[in-house]
Amino acid sequence: MTDVATPPSPTVGEPDERPTLFQRYTSLPGWARWSTAAAAGIMLLTIVQAIGTGDTDVLTDAGTAGGMLRFAVPIMLAGLGGLFAERAGVVNIGLEGMMILGTWFGAWGTVNFGSPWAGVVTGLVGGALGGLLHAIATVTFNVDHIVSGVAINLLAPGLTRFLSDQMSIKTNEAISAGDEPSFPFKWEGGSITQSPRAQGLPKIDVPILGGNDGLLARIDDAEIFFISDVAGILDGAMTQISLFTIIAFAIVPLSAWLLWKTRIGLRIRICGERPEAGESLGVNIYLHKYMGVITSGALAGMAGAFIAMELANVYREGQTTGRGFIGLAALIFGNWRPVGVMMGSLLFGYPFVLALRDGDQLGTRGLLLVIAIVLTAVLIASIRNRKRSDAIIAGILAAGAFVWWALTDAAPDWLPNTMPYATVLLVLVFMSQNLRMPAADGQPYRKGGA
Amino acid sequence: MNQSLTRRILLAVGAPVAAVVFAVTLSSIFLLIAGSNPLQAYGDMLENASRLETFVDIINRATPLYISGIAAAIGFRMNLFNIGVEGQYLLAAFFAAVVGGAVELPPVLHVGLIFFVAVSVGASYAGVAGVLKVSRGINEVIATIMLNFIAIGGIIAWLAVEFLDREGASTGTKEIAESGRLPDLNGVLEIFTREITKGRELTSILIIAVLVGIGYHLFINRTRVGFDFRASGFNPLAARAGGVPPKKMIMYAMLLSGACAGLVGMVEILSESHKYDDGFVRGLGFLGIAVALLGRNHPGGIAVAALLFGFLDSSSGILQITGSATPEIVQIMQGIIVLAAVVAYEVVNRIKVRDEASAAAAAIERTPSDELEGASS
Repeated sequence: MTDVATPPSPTVGEPDERPTLFQRYTSLPGWARWSTAAAAGIMLLTIVQAIGTGDTDVLTDAGTAGGMLRFAVPIMLAGLGGLFAERAGVVNIGLEGMMILGTWFGAWGTVNFGSPWAGVVTGLVGGALGGLLHAIATVTFNVDHIVSGVAINLLAPGLTRFLSDQMSIKTNEAISAGDEPSFPFKWEGGSITQSPRAQGLPKIDVPILGGNDGLLARIDDAEIFFISDVAGILDGAMTQISLFTIIAFAIVPLSAWLLWKTRIGLRIRICGERPEAGESLGVNIYLHKYMGVITSGALAGMAGAFIAMELANVYREGQTTGRGFIGLAALIFGNWRPVGVMMGSLLFGYPFVLALRDGDQLGTRGLLLVIAIVLTAVLIASIRNRKRSDAIIAGILAAGAFVWWALTDAAPDWLPNTMPYATVLLVLVFMSQNLRMPAADGQPYRKGGA
Repeated sequence: MNQSLTRRILLAVGAPVAAVVFAVTLSSIFLLIAGSNPLQAYGDMLENASRLETFVDIINRATPLYISGIAAAIGFRMNLFNIGVEGQYLLAAFFAAVVGGAVELPPVLHVGLIFFVAVSVGASYAGVAGVLKVSRGINEVIATIMLNFIAIGGIIAWLAVEFLDREGASTGTKEIAESGRLPDLNGVLEIFTREITKGRELTSILIIAVLVGIGYHLFINRTRVGFDFRASGFNPLAARAGGVPPKKMIMYAMLLSGACAGLVGMVEILSESHKYDDGFVRGLGFLGIAVALLGRNHPGGIAVAALLFGFLDSSSGILQITGSATPEIVQIMQGIIVLAAVVAYEVVNRIKVRDEASAAAAAIERTPSDELEGASS
């Protein structure tokens, strides 16, 4: 009844109204939207850097960019792992546990087969085993997805600890008997909490563009406002880059192609949208859910292997530090899409690099200003869209960030660890209407229900 | 009728027992592969558990697990996943330690204040997730995961530096004065047994845990709101049609769950270390979820599950000492038990549904057909 009394909204019946900038932006294709956002982000960083107190260019230099890629990879692979599971309708809280399996198996494979390539494969398989377990529990036995994920996160650290223990016992036995430790128990120099040194994949420069005297490095050195900053970032992304990183970034378009352009992808996605509809068309829902969840585990395992082999060069207990959950955050931030996941991972990896490279945190302080500016933009958008509560929240937060920036000399060291989670909560608060998760995500499914 | 009753009891008890048997079998395989004798290991574990000191240790470990399990169960009863017990209890313990260490009060008041801070911090932090769900429709699983990390990696990491005790030799917050500590229950236990040695102290939070369990039982089964809780967990649409406000129920559930979560860290704060530092016990929130699942959200079941987990935790020490097996087997067993239990419950549930369907079919067959027609017309 009240519907009748509501006056028609002012936008209706005004066809000649020009589309706003925001509407034009949202009607762009995905890649264009994200590139625009990325360019705007770099622009913002450049400006902030120019007015910042610390006279470093740590926010946009090549080293930061290279580091950003390296830190983004595990988050991105975990996020893509989450993507495959959730597109198949299975929520995967167990990403963290599968990642832990990946760190251990990645290091073990590298050490025992003597090749980092083997480590990538074993890490992938280790994670996939975790995925298989999750699939058996959730798909075959219909166990609640969250419950199974929590159980896997409990199980994985115990299992890897047990395995390391066995490895070091067998290795020590062999050594005390005067033998070389033999496959599969090579763990010389390792312990119950740590593996022997595990080498990463070889590093290369991208021809012409990358390298110390590549084209991008020269543009960077020319110190042209903004353009040099962009070149610096691209240069960092193309110089001394690990093949593992390249493979990881290649998985992004590959996932997009697989999920949206192939028959098998369509079938996996229908498991996450409307499994009953798929069933009535003769799709084997169980099979495709299994494929999605096992792929999810495999990608999380690769993420783990990357941490062990590329970031630390060693397996160490507890080295995933919640990155599986950051992957989950990137998945939500990226609206359950591959390119979005990638962008989310780059964004969330960024503060970690700054924390590492910018020892005194003076440059990182600029991030507070960036946060304040972004929140101000949200505030303006909320006012224009007449969302009062949004505007109030954004206004308070923006003011807080400005004051904080003005009052401190250095960014707090807990910022990188908190930013991903806070960002996702804010994205959910302000933009949840723009997000769309798979319709049947997390729902139980049993054959014959249609 | 009688037969179906035995069957029902078998099904109810069978699932957790089957899960434990499965976990023990699988762990035995692990131990055999590792070259240890599983029987020897389990013998050591049981022999150790029969000692009075170990018994006290098990209770001390089971107490926070039980409270954490109840906190998770309150949410589960309403189909709400409070994954955030972890963050809520750590944040609550941190603030309780800070406030408790900063003031000097008469004994009862001091302890009361610490409890009050812990419960209100736990409830408010869970309330944030509740507000996000009610006002913005944000899934509570996602919200609580994010809030966990914000609490641990952000708020505590930030404030821990501010409230670091710089005078004492300890790292972490200032130790709480004598007036803000709870006496142990050794005296009570020693009435029935011998003297407790090795410096083990039975935590008096045990009493709180028992009260929480009774309160949970009465609330869920004996109060109006508790009934509304179960109704909206069972069928939110029907409950809503029956006049149960869903948003209010969500807020109640989150606040109560968070308040309970606030109590989890009290064993450590009031009975053991009396401060919050880097070594503060973590992971109880996630273990609480496991315990709640294992105990089927039933106050008695959760108690059994918490004791089982407490027993396993306390066994890892003895395995290390005797060397009969690797202590990591304990963590593996816990993980397997949880997974096996939830699978077993699901299987039992399917059997039950099938039983009910066949019972209904049999009942329809027994009913004369004209009566059925009469009912339908």
